[in-house]
Order: sequence, then structure tokens, then C-alpha cells
Amino acid sequence: MTSYLVRRVAGALVILMIISAITFYLFYAVPRDPARAFCGKICQPETLTLIRHNLGMDEPLFVQYWHWLVGIFAGRQFVQFGDCPAPCLGYSFATQEPVFSAIVDRFPVTLSLTLGASVVILAFGILTGMIAAWKVGQPLDKIASSSSVIGASLQIYFVGPLLAFYLVDTLQLIPRPSYVPITENPLGWFTHLMLPWVVLSIIFTANYTRMTRSQMVEQLAEDYVRTARAKGMSSRSVFFRFAWRGAMIPILTIFGVDLATLLGGAIITEQTFSLHGIGELAVRAVQNTDLPMLLGVTIVGAAAIVLLNIAVDMLYAFIDPRVRLS
Amino acid sequence: MTFPPSTATDAAAESADTAATAGSGPAVVGRSPGQLMWRRFRRDKTGMASAIIVIAFFLIALLAPVIAALYGKDPYTTYGQNQPGLLNDFGYPIAPNGGVSGDFWFGLEPGLGRDVFTQLVYGIRTSLSIAMIVTVVSTIVGITMGITSGYIGGKTDYVIGRVIDTLLAFPSQLFLIVFLPVVEAAFVLPEEETPVWLRYVSICVVLTVLGWATIARLLRSQVLSLRAREFVEAARVTGASPARVIFKELLPNLWTPIIIQATLALPLYVGAEAGLGFLGVGMTEPTPDWGRMFQVGANVYHSDVTYLLFPGVSMLIFVVAFNLLGDSIRDAFDPKTKR
Repeated sequence: MTSYLVRRVAGALVILMIISAITFYLFYAVPRDPARAFCGKICQPETLTLIRHNLGMDEPLFVQYWHWLVGIFAGRQFVQFGDCPAPCLGYSFATQEPVFSAIVDRFPVTLSLTLGASVVILAFGILTGMIAAWKVGQPLDKIASSSSVIGASLQIYFVGPLLAFYLVDTLQLIPRPSYVPITENPLGWFTHLMLPWVVLSIIFTANYTRMTRSQMVEQLAEDYVRTARAKGMSSRSVFFRFAWRGAMIPILTIFGVDLATLLGGAIITEQTFSLHGIGELAVRAVQNTDLPMLLGVTIVGAAAIVLLNIAVDMLYAFIDPRVRLS
Repeated sequence: MTFPPSTATDAAAESADTAATAGSGPAVVGRSPGQLMWRRFRRDKTGMASAIIVIAFFLIALLAPVIAALYGKDPYTTYGQNQPGLLNDFGYPIAPNGGVSGDFWFGLEPGLGRDVFTQLVYGIRTSLSIAMIVTVVSTIVGITMGITSGYIGGKTDYVIGRVIDTLLAFPSQLFLIVFLPVVEAAFVLPEEETPVWLRYVSICVVLTVLGWATIARLLRSQVLSLRAREFVEAARVTGASPARVIFKELLPNLWTPIIIQATLALPLYVGAEAGLGFLGVGMTEPTPDWGRMFQVGANVYHSDVTYLLFPGVSMLIFVVAFNLLGDSIRDAFDPKTKR
């Protein structure tokens, strides 16, 4: 287990190195005038001179990349901004704030949003999928399959404002979405994020219902189910204690792949409900052409996805005892 | 998959079936897989209905200038600001339901007061043309990479496989918005105005770069299994060139997954393009764009929810129709798959 984890993390670090090298190259070598691009839309001449000096434009690209990489683990010194403690991703040229702390500040919002939505997707999707499999061919089964076509065709930026208009503005059933730190007010955190969770999970849930259903139906035809039944186990016990474990493995695999899409959806959800998360940070950075911020968000986003994928793989062993992580 | 033997039996069964119902004797008609697919597709009511809707959208996109001329308005004029009595002091349409009237069928855009109907009609052009270009190019790239990877194998396969894995594992929406300014910075300085065509091209480039991996992975695995089959081996043994094996033996067996993947991808690209517009990094003013309509709609929904409904419902209809069409095409190509 431990050696598996070490190997996976090492592999993840290699992938992140490659991604960061490519991203770094794209950001520093592709623009017509990198220093000018780094300076962003509003650029003072003295800032431009500082940037040229800071970025060490006269040095070869791999030396610049090395400085950036060392900065993450050991921190680095900036003439303009002073000391930047590790992990240092540089300074935003648009807002002058350290990139890493800007991301850390916004991290809880995006984490709450994606984790909450994951819970809704998995809980609701798997539950309805299992009910559909329990009652194969009955109306609920049909509703699940036809709603998945519409659910998957909906767009967050359409459903979000629409639901907000009816549930928040007109009926006033739930509070206007915003981020309340869970440490301050857990109930407020929950109620204020309810709508974003629902909206973000709408496009995924129906798909999980459908997958769970077909997986369960497949599992129920397996030999071990027949054996358990033959030994006198009730159908309900077989269904809820045995069969679901087998059905969860492919579901988890798909979920691992969907995590990246979920993060993309979170960007749009944050923008829809004006939640100040990492996605909103990225969008604002794009509008300002704030390259250091974009570079930081990209690396942190990629790291989050890689680590979450490892976590999902670890879950396999928990659900299916036959899986040996090695 | 349409392997020669299975289609032959299908054809026999199918024609025997029709012959029996028509009662016109035991004449066995040979049909190509394409004809068979078309016959199955024609019987699928959902498929035909969604095909008609999808074609209608393409026609509207093609005929946008004609429609606008007949309707008598264009998507650029700020009618609400030019004519008094259309917008109130806050910039919202005075008439109920977002200013829907005989003159302005779908109402007026809050603020600028442009005509919603023509914006929507011209917006289809932007969305569909970008989605079409990206689908075609990314499919071609995906086919090339997938077949190369699967056919050559070895180190090439390893490298391409890793690239595909990496591309698929990463949050493409994030990369999409992050790399747009980089692509543009290669050509323009930040203080210069980005030309419309450059934004158009960079959206296409970034979507393609992030989009080809799905189909490449699928085709790679298909080629791996096809490569081991007897008919490919036979071709190789008889001295067929790699080009012949790829174009005459492999590719004909890959058209089904390719077409299915392409029909799945197109609505996704329509959504992704609109998502960029919504986030404010898509097509720039004054090019009509659905994504930007969503952006405006999300800002004004408190006072004028109608404005959001038109692009929202149009897009929902298009995407649902296209997804159903994709399902029907899949069923028509491969009647054995169950959904």
C-alpha cells in the first residue's frame, strides 16, 4: 500500500513537471513580447523594466524555468516585491498579490463547490440508478433514461440563472448563493451553496443513474449472486450487500475521469453565481492577461486533478477487496 | 463494428425480412452497409425528427442574412437606443416579456437595445461554424494519431498514449481559458486590439488541441484489436503496403466509431464555445454569439428573464436533438447495441 502510494505520487510529480515545463514554455516563449504580455493590459513603463529584470529575459529559457521551479520548493527573491516564501508561484502583475496566497484564499470555495457537487452526483445518481435496477422496466427506469438525455444537454449558464430567478428571486425559497466559510456557520455554508451544488450536478447525475443501473443489472447476472441466492440469502441482502460493490468499480473509474470536467463546470458555476473561487480567479486573470496568475492556477488545477485521481484509485481497494494496489 | 461477415448475414436477414413482408418472392437484394444503415435510420421516428431539427438549425445558420433581410432588422443596430419608447431609464425593455412584440419577435437586448431574434439567428452561425471546424479538424487529427499509435505500436504508441492520457486527465475548461490569451499573445501585443478573425482562429485552435485525444484513444484501441485479426494479417502477408492496410483494411472498419464520436463531439463544442463567450473570453463584440447572450442574460435575469430564455431554450433544443440524432445514428449503424 505505502509503496504503491509512493510510486503513484512520484509518477504524479513527473507528470506535473512535464505539464509545468510545457505550460512554462508556452507562456514564456510563445508571446511576441513575453515581458509586455506579462505586464498585462495596464502597463507602466517602470513595471515593464522591472519585469524584464525580474524574469531574467536575458537568461536561457531553461534557467528561467529552473528559477521558477526552485521558487516553488525554496522560495525566491524578487527585486520588485521582495521575499517570496516557498511555495512561491510569483506575483500577479495585475493585482500585485502573491499568486500562491491568492489561490489558497479561494481554494475553500472551489473545494466546497466540487466536493458538495460530487456528493450530490454520486449519492443521488447511484441511489436512483440502484432503484431503477431494482425495478427494471418500470416507469422510474424509463424516466431515468430519458431524463439523462435532457440532463446531459443542459448548460450550467442557462439552468443556473433560471433556477436562481425562480427559487431565489420569485419564490424566495433559498438564500442567494454565496460562500459562507464552514468554520463560521456550517448551516449557512450549506444553504448558500445548495443551489450551486444542484446546478453543477444536474449535467452529471442522470448519467450516473444510467451507468449504475446498467452495472447493477450486469452484476445481478453474475455467478456469485446466484450462489448467494442459492444459499438462501434474501434478494435484498444480495442486492444491497454484494452486488453494489461490483457495480461501483466502473462508476468510480468514470468518476475519476469526470473530476476534470467537474472542475471545468465549477469554473462556469462560480462565474454564474459570482462565487469567488479559483475559476473566477482564472477568468479574471484571462481578462487582465495576468500570466503569472494563469500559470499558477494551471499548475495548481493540474496538481489537484492528479492527486484526486490517486485518491479515487485508492478507493478501489476499499470497495473491492480483490483489488490489490501494487 | 461492421465486419464483412456480420454485415453479410445482416443483409441477408434484412432483405429476407423485407422480401417476406412485401411477398415479392425470394429475390435477395445485396445492400451496402450504408444502405442498410439508411434503411434502419428511416424507420427510427425520433431519429428522423431530430435530424429535421438539426438540419433546420444548419439551414437557419446558412440563410441568416436572408432571414434577417425578410425580417427587416440586423443584429448590430441599437434599436432600443435609437427609437424612444422601447427601453426604460434603466435600459430594460418597456413592453412586457423582454419587449416581445410584432416588431421585435424575441424582444430587445437590455442595455444596448439590439434585436434578439437576429442576434440569435446570426449567433447560430458563430457557434455552428466553430463547432463544425473543430469537430472536423480534431477528428482528422484524432484519426491520424489514433491509427498511427495503434498501427505502429512500440515507442510511438507509448509516447502518443501518454500524451492522450495527460490531455484527457486535465481540466480542459481551465486550459481552454488559460491558453486563449497565450495563443493570442503570439500575434498581438496586449495594448493592441485583438482582431475578430484571430479570436475565431484561436478558439478553434485551442478547442482542437484539447479535443482530439478522445477519438484518438478510442481509435487506438480499435486498431489494436483490428490489427490482430485475420483479414489484416492476410493483407500484410500478401505484401500490402502500410498505406493500403490503413486505408483499405482498417479505415473502412473504423467509420462507425468515427461518425459516432463526431456526432457526440459537435454538441459538446457548441456548449464549450458558448461557455467561453459566457466567461467573457469567447467571441468579441460585435460578432453575434450565443455565449455572450448567456453572459448578458445571467447579468439581467433579475429584471428580464425572457432574454435568457431565448438562447437557453434554442441551445437546449439543438443539443437534445443532436444527441438524439447521435443515438439514432449509433443504433442504425449497430442495431445490436442496447441503450
